[in-house]
Amino acid sequence: MNNPTWNTKLLSTLVLALLLAACKSMPMVDKPAAVEDKSLSAQAVTKPAEAVSADTSVVKEVVVDGNATTSANNPLKDPNNILSKRHVYFDFDSDAVKAEFRPMVEAHAKYLSENRSAKVILQGNTDERGTREYNLSLGQRRSVSVKKSLNLLGVQDAQIETVSFGEEKATGACADEACSKQNRRVDVVYENE
Amino acid sequence: MPILRLTVFFTALLVASLAHAALEIEISGGSAQQVPVVIVPFFQTGTSADNISNIIAADLKRSGLFRVLEIGGVSSRPADISQIKYAEWLALQAQAMAVGKVETLPGNRLNVTFQLADVLKQTQLTGMQYNIAPNQLRTAAHKIADVIYQKLTGETGNFASHIAYITKANGRYALQVSDADGENPLTMVSSKEPIISPAWSPDGNKIAYVSFEKKKPIIFVQSLSGQRSVLASFKGNNSAPAWSPDGTKLAIVLTYAANSQVYTINADGTNLKQLIKSGAIDTEPTWSPDANWIYFSSDRGGRPQIYKVSSAGGEVQRVTFEGTYNLSPRLSPDGKSLAMIRNDGGKFRVALQDLTSGQVQVLSDGAQDESPSFAPNGRMILYATRTGEHGALAAVSADGRVKQHLNEAGGDMREPAWGPLIK
Repeated sequence: MNNPTWNTKLLSTLVLALLLAACKSMPMVDKPAAVEDKSLSAQAVTKPAEAVSADTSVVKEVVVDGNATTSANNPLKDPNNILSKRHVYFDFDSDAVKAEFRPMVEAHAKYLSENRSAKVILQGNTDERGTREYNLSLGQRRSVSVKKSLNLLGVQDAQIETVSFGEEKATGACADEACSKQNRRVDVVYENE
Repeated sequence: MPILRLTVFFTALLVASLAHAALEIEISGGSAQQVPVVIVPFFQTGTSADNISNIIAADLKRSGLFRVLEIGGVSSRPADISQIKYAEWLALQAQAMAVGKVETLPGNRLNVTFQLADVLKQTQLTGMQYNIAPNQLRTAAHKIADVIYQKLTGETGNFASHIAYITKANGRYALQVSDADGENPLTMVSSKEPIISPAWSPDGNKIAYVSFEKKKPIIFVQSLSGQRSVLASFKGNNSAPAWSPDGTKLAIVLTYAANSQVYTINADGTNLKQLIKSGAIDTEPTWSPDANWIYFSSDRGGRPQIYKVSSAGGEVQRVTFEGTYNLSPRLSPDGKSLAMIRNDGGKFRVALQDLTSGQVQVLSDGAQDESPSFAPNGRMILYATRTGEHGALAAVSADGRVKQHLNEAGGDMREPAWGPLIK
């Protein structure tokens, strides 16, 4: 749609941004206008006085980017160490950990047993089919499945957190099964990584 | 903190240049029911950014219930009901005509007056006056459109309301709020990690949402003025927030170390209670408008279906029986029907179930439609769809007749939530 007011809106956004930048201590919230609702003729009164509030022109944005920490000489980061392998893949509609991922799960179980202060987050993922919240629950099922494997290998619950990203980390718009397959997985992430 | 302020500056710039929503309106059916109206261009002094009459006319057209008549054949432009020469307007066969003006007042204020006339009876139907700041002109226009809508249809309008949605652009996710017509998009929060499930508080001043910024889903509550706090950050997932109708509580979904389960929690984060216990997935809770029930989706029967339970807990009752896959329940504001996402022969679509008769009508026609959300008056359902590889927003009337698309050029929009009317 052609919008003749676009430039003006951009300008007002810029002005708002400049105001935000310039006057930190100045309250930005314009008080909701007290709106007089005068009837223009005697029989025309339809509503009591109302205010135009919830003014989104004062919406303030919050930016939330964290910092990832890295460390050298870390077996978890060594590409030659099996501990650097972090993905467990699943069949369609399944939460069963397949045999091919057994050595990797065992390696992480051993590391966690030897490093009792280490904590791991198991992040479940799904492909894009279905609703976001439901897929969040399905991904959770897969992370719980990997957790149970670690539990059986002696890892304590206190060292494991199971979460899910659902379909949020899925490769967008998969056209085939080979693509969808990459999305049905649990990622093993250590705390402070 | 100059760096933080610069970030705000550049992000605001980005939002203004990339996220400007463009509305493409597609209306099907229902034309016989359209009310013919005339919106005379308001007399407007000064250099105001927005043309108030155009905003009012666009709102009315978009509803699908009005035909806004061309007035090129009439030369007069009355700004007050006393100036209307009715004989000039009779030939247009309008049911009603709106006139008004926007005047600049001292102290950077605007005075907006508006009157609606019955053209045949030559009488005033209603009139309003608003004393506003210049940046409230669009909201005043939407309120006037709501007054016209209410006067001529007998129903409450939706125009003076906000929508929230998530965008994904350049690897960043953002929770945005705009007017219901997609104009004035503003970013409430942005992050490198996903943001999902925005939910408006009933007073329209806050939004609860799920952010993955800490490597796991955590529920935040943020006011429109920027106060942000954690509502739920328990072990495991924290997701699917749904406000109770009185705004004092939310239903949420937690996992701790097992499957998703529904809890309730006070809006201040206290008094966490598990609502129902099951070994299955229970998620996507939503309150009935009378607050007596919580509807949710569950795979307790093998395939995902919608169930309900008293908001005090207790016995669970199944609600959907048709189809093998029903998710994302949302109750209409009158509590009489249930919108949901149904797998309709491999296509995920918005469907509406009459809770009295049990009859279901599929309303949308996409392949991956998600996140149904009722307009405050229940007449429209906003949802997420896909056009090509991009996510877009669309709306369909509850009778399936009127369809609208809201597209953002080159961007990705999803997870819409229609907020309450602006008070």
